[in-house]
Amino acid sequence: MAKVEIEKLKEIARQIRIDILTMLVEAGSGHSGGSLSAADIITVLYFYKMRYDPKNPKWEERDKFVLSKGHAAPALYAVLGRAGYFDTGHFHTLRKMGSILRGHPNSAVTPGVEVCTGSLGQGLSQANGLALSARLDKRPTRVYVMHGDGEIDEGQIWEAAMTSAHYKIDNLCAILDNNGLQIDGPNKEVKDTDPLVGKWRMFGWHVIEINGHNIEEIISALDKAEEIKGKPTMIIAHTVKGKGVSFMENKVEYHGVAPTRDEFERAMKELSEGN
Amino acid sequence: MTKMLGTRDVYGDVLIELGVANRDIVVLDADLSSSTRTAKFAKRFPERFFNVGVSEQDLMGTSAGLASAGKIPFASTFAVFATGRAWEQVRQSICLPKMNVKIVATHGGITVGEDGASHQSTEDIALMRVLPNMTVIIPADGYEAGAAIRLAANFRGPVYIRLSRDKFPVIYPENCEFEIGKAKVHSIGEDVTLISCGLMVHLSLEAADDLRREGLSVGVINMSTIKPLDSNAVLNAARVSGAIVTAEEHSVIGGLGSAVAEVISENEPVPLKRIGINDRFGMSGRATELLEYFGLTKNAIKEAVYHVMKLKSDKRQDLRLSN
Ligand SMILES: Cc1ncc(C[n+]2csc(CCOP(=O)(O)OP(=O)(O)O)c2C)c(N)n1
Ligand SMILES: [Mg+2]
Repeated sequence: MAKVEIEKLKEIARQIRIDILTMLVEAGSGHSGGSLSAADIITVLYFYKMRYDPKNPKWEERDKFVLSKGHAAPALYAVLGRAGYFDTGHFHTLRKMGSILRGHPNSAVTPGVEVCTGSLGQGLSQANGLALSARLDKRPTRVYVMHGDGEIDEGQIWEAAMTSAHYKIDNLCAILDNNGLQIDGPNKEVKDTDPLVGKWRMFGWHVIEINGHNIEEIISALDKAEEIKGKPTMIIAHTVKGKGVSFMENKVEYHGVAPTRDEFERAMKELSEGN
Repeated sequence: MTKMLGTRDVYGDVLIELGVANRDIVVLDADLSSSTRTAKFAKRFPERFFNVGVSEQDLMGTSAGLASAGKIPFASTFAVFATGRAWEQVRQSICLPKMNVKIVATHGGITVGEDGASHQSTEDIALMRVLPNMTVIIPADGYEAGAAIRLAANFRGPVYIRLSRDKFPVIYPENCEFEIGKAKVHSIGEDVTLISCGLMVHLSLEAADDLRREGLSVGVINMSTIKPLDSNAVLNAARVSGAIVTAEEHSVIGGLGSAVAEVISENEPVPLKRIGINDRFGMSGRATELLEYFGLTKNAIKEAVYHVMKLKSDKRQDLRLSN
């Protein structure tokens, strides 16, 4: 991939982080940490990998994305807005009465959102269904689903993981936003899910490990996943919760809060200097 | 200014008190311990606290196991996940064998606010009420919550207590009494009786004040135990008032309004209006805006009162005409 393309994606990811924080500070509530850790991956999905048509959101051949960790909705709304699914003016209405941008993704009200999430653990089953349906209809659709590392405490994730492997769902690629933190603390202390790579392999998945903030690595993992036949692929992306805003990075306290005005100004400064 | 108190804040404090008094008290949570306030207990009694992570089904099953071996587990998470995600575990592992598990769920109703529909439980009362052996409680203020939680610890059998994210205006004194299955009758009214639970109790009291100023005789009942329902209190109200309005922060299907309707329609049919969420999902917004939007307000209660009183007088008219 050409260097200029990579630089372009980095620039979009920076904009996505600005959008996320802009939405959150306006809303006065919401999930900062997990939106920022997911930002680079979601950017590469929407601005490099996935095929879709924002002017025709229901285009039958499109690739589909499921944000199973639905609380990172601001990251999803940022890419959907920037991709042209809706006017970016909606960013200012996040979580407000009557807004199309609900606290958690709702496919009944937001263009470009494929399924309803927010109750953790349900996205992989939904993604399996989307992928199986594409296979039945012989469509080229690939399905991407993103999980949180706390989210995979849910039993349904592992039920679905076995379904994906059993049905050899290879038009499915899952990505784990492995930022090491959930709400009550580090995953290791709340409920240790290690060894992750071994678990997913034993469940019949092809596993790729990457740095989830390295654009080149994200690209090559997503490209590689497309070549894997006969089994689903899990990309375990090592990430930093709150990535891009120094005082939020690796801080469990920033899981479910929006930045204050002051924090927002400081974050904007960092994000513009970081360029 | 009315004093405001968070029912979940009281929960955190009462848990410590219970933990000190009884070593069999254990507390479980599913990665929401700071929101549910069980974190307080976790800090004080780390060896008696179990965080199962984001695993609500596991939360209920583990609690059932602990109870079966003689512990008194308090299991907490958000209401929608406690009752929805883990419903069949609650049914099979807790209610069927009458396990002594106390499910104390926070973030009940739509006042959860900005998180939106996925996090707003508007069906939890229906889901818990339908289960045999289950006791279902929605306290009307922080102090009643404290009394109910203390009582639940000493009561044998499954209990579901719904608490809220928002703070509630205080209605009762700090040392108020609580009895399972006993309604708190605030007043008796000849024109209408308001039967409510949770947040809607203080709104009903306010509505009743207004209505009295208009010359009406209004009864108000806090039905904090939805199950077992105090059917004597309901039937008394039906007989004395001849018209009833129920109010709850829940779907009109399956909750307090339904429970009251079941009792009066079989025994003492009188006009009834149920205030609640009309078979819809919630949405994002501020708690106060949502209450307004879904018609959970003092004014909606008053309108409902005018409505049932009209039905009552129409009915009397019809009777007179037919005689
Ligand atoms: C079924 C369910 N249980 C609990 C919650 C509350 N909750 C929201 S986010 C979260 C922690 C998720 O941690 P993780 O998956 O690691 O998210 P991230 O770090 O990526 O933000 C919890 C418990 C929920 N949304 N759904
Ligand atoms: Mg995490």
